[in-house]
Amino acid sequence: MPPPVAETRGSHARPTHRGAAVLSLVGELCITVGVLLFAFLAWQLWWTDVVANRDQAAQVRTIEHAFEQPTTQTPTTPTKPVSLGDAFALVRIPRFGAGYVRPVHEGTTAKILSEGIGHYRGTAQPGQVGNFATAGHRTTYGKPYADIVELRNGDRIVVETRTAYDVYVVTDHEIVLPAQVDVIDAVPGKPGVRPTRAIMTMTSCNPKFSAAQRYIVHARLDHTYTRAQGLPAGTLTSPKGG
Amino acid sequence: MYAALWRLLPGPRLVRALICLVLVLAVLAVCFIWVFPWVAPHMPFNDVTVGGN
Repeated sequence: MPPPVAETRGSHARPTHRGAAVLSLVGELCITVGVLLFAFLAWQLWWTDVVANRDQAAQVRTIEHAFEQPTTQTPTTPTKPVSLGDAFALVRIPRFGAGYVRPVHEGTTAKILSEGIGHYRGTAQPGQVGNFATAGHRTTYGKPYADIVELRNGDRIVVETRTAYDVYVVTDHEIVLPAQVDVIDAVPGKPGVRPTRAIMTMTSCNPKFSAAQRYIVHARLDHTYTRAQGLPAGTLTSPKGG
Repeated sequence: MYAALWRLLPGPRLVRALICLVLVLAVLAVCFIWVFPWVAPHMPFNDVTVGGN
């Protein structure tokens, strides 16, 4: 009788077929996950830079334009508190290239840091006595602090605000653990001590592509020029050698 | 999975291939615009601040 034979063959064949189907499904899922992981890498390492560089260049143009508008503020009048996320300054670092300029935003949340350099809330304002402490990405999201390890003592960092240009000069660097918050104290390493000098601090990740440590650069305020005075010629010239 | 998808798609081989391409691009777009930005903050390599936030 042909039908039972066919049925026997069918019930024999079915488990094998099902096993193969499950295997191929698992295999296809593995390949899919692999492709998506690769896509994530491409997004993180390439696309975030594309988007952030474009956005930050546009921000810089907007801020430069805003700074050029007449203002009644002078460097000595107390500036009103900056709201979280607001862009309030521009940072220029000749060591990172003569044309290097990035916006500084108030705060250091992940979102803010994807839009530029972040200013630690509660730390000094640019040019003020105390510690103007900032954080920036070393990889991804436009990586404003990509070349932080290239900074040498004596290198200039120019912070432009609505009222002035504050020129800081790099004094030292250190590599610390992520929990070492005293690097952004008003007097680094001395919590609670009243500051007498104006300094700036940059923090970024270390080593590259890792969050195991932080790379810290300190700089001291060298000179403040009013907007009317402008920067002396040559201030933004890239330093030679390393 | 993909074999079943291929069988479900209508039209000749070229049309099916084009539909597949559009589907792949759509999945990538969803990932780039919504999924990856949501995942990234949970990754351990994006921290640049001291003290954590």
